[in-house]
Amino acid sequence: MTPDRPTASTEGAPPKISVDAVSKVFPVKDGEFVALDRVSLDIAENEFVTVVGPSGCGKSTLLNVLAGLEEPSGGRATVDGVEVDGPGPERGVIFQQYALFPWLTVRKNVEFGLRTAGVPARERAERADHFIRLVGLEQFADALPKTLSGGMKQRCAIARAYAVDPSILLMDEPFGALDALTRVRLQEQLLETWSQDRRTVVFITHDVDEAVFLANRVVVMAARPGRIQEVVDVDLPYPRTEDVRLSPEFGELRNRVWHAVYHQSTSLAQPSTTTA
Amino acid sequence: MTGVAVLPRRRAASGRQGAGGGRRMLVLNIVSVLFGIGVWWLLSATVENIPSPPAVAERGWELLADGTLEGDILASLTRVIAGFAIGTALAIPVGFLMGWYSTVRGLAEPYIQFFRTIPPLAIIPLAIVLMGIGETPKIFVIALAAFLVCVISAFQGVVDVDRTLINAARVLGAGDRTIFLRVVVPASTPFILVGMRVGLGSSWATLVAAELIAAQQGLGFRMQNAQVYYDLPTIFVGLITIGILGLVMDRILLFAERKLTSWQERR
Repeated sequence: MTPDRPTASTEGAPPKISVDAVSKVFPVKDGEFVALDRVSLDIAENEFVTVVGPSGCGKSTLLNVLAGLEEPSGGRATVDGVEVDGPGPERGVIFQQYALFPWLTVRKNVEFGLRTAGVPARERAERADHFIRLVGLEQFADALPKTLSGGMKQRCAIARAYAVDPSILLMDEPFGALDALTRVRLQEQLLETWSQDRRTVVFITHDVDEAVFLANRVVVMAARPGRIQEVVDVDLPYPRTEDVRLSPEFGELRNRVWHAVYHQSTSLAQPSTTTA
Repeated sequence: MTGVAVLPRRRAASGRQGAGGGRRMLVLNIVSVLFGIGVWWLLSATVENIPSPPAVAERGWELLADGTLEGDILASLTRVIAGFAIGTALAIPVGFLMGWYSTVRGLAEPYIQFFRTIPPLAIIPLAIVLMGIGETPKIFVIALAAFLVCVISAFQGVVDVDRTLINAARVLGAGDRTIFLRVVVPASTPFILVGMRVGLGSSWATLVAAELIAAQQGLGFRMQNAQVYYDLPTIFVGLITIGILGLVMDRILLFAERKLTSWQERR
């Protein structure tokens, strides 16, 4: 049985990201844990794709494979046609735990990737300033992470990822640890930035509302073994305002994704549906 | 090893209290010290042979006046600082290498675990036979004591570096060298500094014992010598001096630790 391959909505153009029958198996005490079972997925340039699923469905593993932090046990992932082999600055990663360097100020954190790239000091400072302003942290540029709230930390991490100008943003439940209000604000800010630069985004979440609100496409994954259950196109208009969030169309999509995520045992009996 | 790991947290708790009632704590500390001296005074008045505080102070003044105490302090401090510096200077790179390269870890671990079970004092007879009775065996034993404590904490510091931070550096384009210098080294600094403080404590403990056995000068030697002449006030002066010097050195390291690791989130 070959899994269906959900393709990007833009036909013709080669995919920005291509996941081809990627498997990932972790050895556990007695036997092995199949985190990903021949997962295939194409993501077009400029797409905003969210991946949602219950814990253990391998969504974070998928992201780590794309980031080059984990090697697939089988299959391959390509970015711009080149096989992923280790991390690269063209793929920015934002982690749930922020992963700021606690001994560096906000500015130094944002400059980190620029320093490793050998950007001269003055340009580094200018670019860091630009992105610190973009995320609204200019008053905290010289503060240490310990003095920041969770939302501010994640904004700093986002600025740090943007600073090296990646063509892809890989976000691993970035707003998962934040309170509801901060989460909604950061979602809106993220969409605002995205609608300006149209950077390809792969966004992992366990929050169905978040998945539908942000995405062009929602990839629903299922656990044991980790696989793609369903792909839902979200044809809601951008900018996604509060009206969109409260619209019946949003509610309908949300219910559909919700069902796919939380009633996987029932939908398993049916043939897996993929929408192109 | 667990003791080392627990230390930073415990200090964090006391630091928080200090911020709230620093003055109150200081007053309590002073009251406690005065009370202790009072108890000592009372004991000296009732128990035979225990010198009274004034007698000890007087003896201390005499030893200071004729330069004996200064000479002893200088001799002891030189030994401790030399041994401690050599021990930690070796321990930090070795600990880093052990944490970073599993091969080094595999090769070094049996020796470190083995020597850790031997109190450095037990090495003294061997060191004296092999290295004579000069400064070398004393500094060697002190260095060994500092090394064994510090190497474990440096190693633990590297092993405990948050994987997410290393991954964050990798996705920002950092290679192994950059990760080591700009993530692993700063992230393990708190561990190393705690290790250095514990290491200083064991250096100090080892020093006195090393001087008890073979020395011509030093605080340990002076006390040993006083024992022969039943000179209790001198023994007290020696003990108090060792305590004060150890405390001062520990405070200096604690201050450095606070400065260097103020970025830490205290939970």
